[in-house]
Amino acid sequence: MTQLALVIDLNTCVGCSACVTSCKEWNTSGEAGPMTDMMPYGEDPTGTFFNRVQTFEIGTYPNTQTVHFPKSCLHCEEPPCVPVCPTGASYKREEDGIVLVDYDKCIGCKYCSWACPYGAREIDEKQKVMKKCTLCVDRIYDQTLPEPERKPACVLACPADARIFGDVHDPQSEVSVLIREQGGYALMPEWGTKPANHYLPRRKQEMHIHADELERADNPLSKEDLKIDDKDITSVDGFGGW
Amino acid sequence: MHPAFSVIFLTTLIGIGQGLFLALFTGQLYALAQLVPLQDSETFYAHGSALALVFLIAGLIASFFHLGRPERAWRSATKWRTSWLAREVIVLPAAMGLIAMYGAAHYLSFTKPLFTVSGVLPVDLTLLIGLAATGATFALFVCTGMIYASIRFIREWATPLTIFNFIFMGGASGFVLATLFSLFEAPELVALFGFWAIILTTAALITRSISLWRNANGTPKSTIQSAIGVRHPKIVQTATGAMGGSFNTKEFRSGSPASRVRQAKYLFMLLVFIAPLALLALALTTISSSLAWPLLALAFVIQYAGLLLERWTFFADATHPQNLYYQSM
Ligand code: SF4
Ligand code: SF4
Repeated sequence: MTQLALVIDLNTCVGCSACVTSCKEWNTSGEAGPMTDMMPYGEDPTGTFFNRVQTFEIGTYPNTQTVHFPKSCLHCEEPPCVPVCPTGASYKREEDGIVLVDYDKCIGCKYCSWACPYGAREIDEKQKVMKKCTLCVDRIYDQTLPEPERKPACVLACPADARIFGDVHDPQSEVSVLIREQGGYALMPEWGTKPANHYLPRRKQEMHIHADELERADNPLSKEDLKIDDKDITSVDGFGGW
Repeated sequence: MHPAFSVIFLTTLIGIGQGLFLALFTGQLYALAQLVPLQDSETFYAHGSALALVFLIAGLIASFFHLGRPERAWRSATKWRTSWLAREVIVLPAAMGLIAMYGAAHYLSFTKPLFTVSGVLPVDLTLLIGLAATGATFALFVCTGMIYASIRFIREWATPLTIFNFIFMGGASGFVLATLFSLFEAPELVALFGFWAIILTTAALITRSISLWRNANGTPKSTIQSAIGVRHPKIVQTATGAMGGSFNTKEFRSGSPASRVRQAKYLFMLLVFIAPLALLALALTTISSSLAWPLLALAFVIQYAGLLLERWTFFADATHPQNLYYQSM
């Protein structure tokens, strides 16, 4: 079975929000109609987004780390949002594991958003239906696009290559290898929702240089470093010299 | 969670309707056991069922205001196998239909016994329909409660207490109304209904107090550490990914300061339980005086106002783990 998902590398994400804007651009111009913005130029702008980049500060100054944290639907393998939907508008696709909302069936009861612990679903204030990340299902299978472009819009937009798309059920896929070898983890594992999307942790890059690496025994430079205190040494030259 | 007025009215109004029907049928069962005199089919049972239906219909209308797309509401019965909301959508009209049939059967006086059980218990059509309607009424309480109790992420709701609260509070308000109603239509039953109203209000007081205590104690399962997967005791959010608010910053918060939610708790404890209990006790001791009906009417109105506040608090008090991702504004 296939389970398409994203792997998000928190180590390289720079928090530029290119994924947010490209997601909005692609999906607002898509078949499913606009992702409504309310009062975009007003005092309190709000709108529907599938993907948001949040920022957290870890630790206390001066030992702080800024973590940019992109968050979208995680396409859970045990999605709690699906069984609660009374209309069947929310469903998980058998063939690729993508969790979708059928906008033509949704009654806008918001019940599914209560059942998602990640806050990944947002209601469209104008269309009054529930919206969420589709993994760009209208793009990844589009045969008219060149093969390398058959990826979610956010993945293509990321300048830091922090978003990787693939099948997490295929053990040899790029995403699976990354999760396995780079410590990929799931959010809120305590609920057993089995998110398909994984995150790669921050890995602080540090160089460790040991003293013996600086002063190698065979370092020719160190030969010139010989310190000779000639006051105490009587040399042959000293005897009867000038 | 954000308290939506549509749902507050839906759950409180159908609670009254369900409770009132249960009171009527209790009256019929007591009469069957010859513990109280039999009431007139039309004035008591038919009118009473009609009154219960008024509250159920009002609740149903309120529920439509909760939907973004009410014109598609018919779709919401589809997934009854998995969704408690879909189950409620089926059981609510079923209960309404059965209660309507119960009233109609009484109105048309279908009270001739169809058969007699062990020679002592005459079974007529109203009894059969009434039993089915009772089943549907309890099923409706369970569905309504489970809509909330089945969301395991909201720990304030995810408990069987939620269902008991709905049953006892709905029952209490219905029986208080039944007491008032019987004062006019069946004075012999006032004491019976008043007695049950006191019992149900007390039961609700106990279960709701336990759930309040439960909500105030205990720790949430998710933390900011598990939410973003960073193992450090000090994590501060500096951006939520939205300049203004978003659906996520509104739907999952009460929108009121914690102090107001706390005040609401004290106030509804007074309005739903303490005041009606006192008024009921007072009314029952003055049944034959002209004071009884204003006291009962006051008990009903105060308790309903309190129930609105109680339901508001039910939402405002509930915390959702998604708020971990939306801490700073
Ligand atoms: S992240 Fe939320 S909306 Fe997405 S599949 Fe999981 S529970 Fe459902
Ligand atoms: S808001 Fe739409 S998708 Fe969500 S539970 Fe209701 S009908 Fe289903």
